[in-house]
Amino acid sequence: MNLNATLIAQLVVFFILGWFTMKFVWPPIVKALDERAKKIADGLAAADKAKADLVLAEKKVVEELRKARESAGDTRAAAEKQAAKLIDDARAEAARLIAKAREDAEAEAGAAAQRAKEALREQVAALAVAGAERILRKEINAQAHVELLANLKQELQ
Amino acid sequence: MAGNAPTASEYVVHHLTHLNNTGHAQKNIVDWSVINLDTMFYSLSIGLLTVFLLWLAARKATSGVPGRFQAIVELLVDMVADQAKGIVHSAESRRFVAPLALTVFVWIFLMNAMDLLPVDLLPRVWEWIYAAGGGDPHHAYQRVVATADLSATLGMSCGVLLLCLWYNVKIKGVSGWVHELFTAPFGAHPLLWPVNFAMQIIEFLAKTISHGMRLFGNMYAGELIFILIALLGSTATVFGFLGHVVAGTIWAIFHILIITLQAFIFMMLTLVYIGQAHEGH
Repeated sequence: MNLNATLIAQLVVFFILGWFTMKFVWPPIVKALDERAKKIADGLAAADKAKADLVLAEKKVVEELRKARESAGDTRAAAEKQAAKLIDDARAEAARLIAKAREDAEAEAGAAAQRAKEALREQVAALAVAGAERILRKEINAQAHVELLANLKQELQ
Repeated sequence: MAGNAPTASEYVVHHLTHLNNTGHAQKNIVDWSVINLDTMFYSLSIGLLTVFLLWLAARKATSGVPGRFQAIVELLVDMVADQAKGIVHSAESRRFVAPLALTVFVWIFLMNAMDLLPVDLLPRVWEWIYAAGGGDPHHAYQRVVATADLSATLGMSCGVLLLCLWYNVKIKGVSGWVHELFTAPFGAHPLLWPVNFAMQIIEFLAKTISHGMRLFGNMYAGELIFILIALLGSTATVFGFLGHVVAGTIWAIFHILIITLQAFIFMMLTLVYIGQAHEGH
């Protein structure tokens, strides 16, 4: 337990080591620590932002899905309407065609009957004249009785 | 102990004698012509090892994922930086004081840790070397715990004292500090000036001496107990052997706490005393 020059030497070493640490050890380590702290802070902020972005994106997805569903419904409704209209049109056209065909057929049939009637009338007049000739045994002048025959034809109509 | 076994007293004295430039134990309490070579050797090599290890970590320090070594050094730096921030309220002073505190902590911790080496290991190696060089092994002194040398611990505490004086002048100015020396702690009345001044001097002396003595006392006592435990083993009886093993184990484990604690206390007091130099009374 003595004091000697070791004290002075130790004092000098004390300052030299302290100076060395101040110069070459402390700054790089503190710099690294500060940088890492900043990195971690940035990372955490980025993670928070990503989380918020995710929530937004999910909201947007839901919204888009809703819109898509809506527009699909609209499209389907329009298509159904269109189809119904097409069917109605087709049905109306068919009905029209049928009616026209029936009309045509009736008109045809009417005309044929008329023609038959006309032929019959001609024949009736001829038959009547022939019958009368038989009855009278003489020739009837058709010219003389043309008015009578016309009247008869008229009546048969 | 081999050969002509020394008595217990001789053994203890031999272990507690420094290797110095005179070759024999120091006669006077204070002798500035003597320097302890063993203390200087261990103090310097461990000091260089300290700054080398710290520099090794600092050289590769990145802000990326740290390795284990970098992590432990960062842990120390962060611990010291936090303490310094709380105690020394001057960012500019901290630029030197905080690194100094870190160095002091690691340095003193490692010097104290030399106490955990077997108490006869390095002294015996030195005896062999000394004898091989033709010297008398009875005069081959070697103390491996530099902090168990009062000159070393007081050297460091005087360094802290110098820093305190420097920061007192730097922060308060010469006139401000002189004013404080004479008016604090009791008051500015002229009759109180001598009392104040005496108190201030006593305070500086008490701080510095207790600062160095505390570390020295703890390490010296620890070393002495290791020596006594080794003496117990040297009785070469069953009791002595078991006592050596058990007591040595318990004391060494307990000493891990002491060496860490004393290093921490020395560092904290360094910060506290320098912090006080920044504040007015």
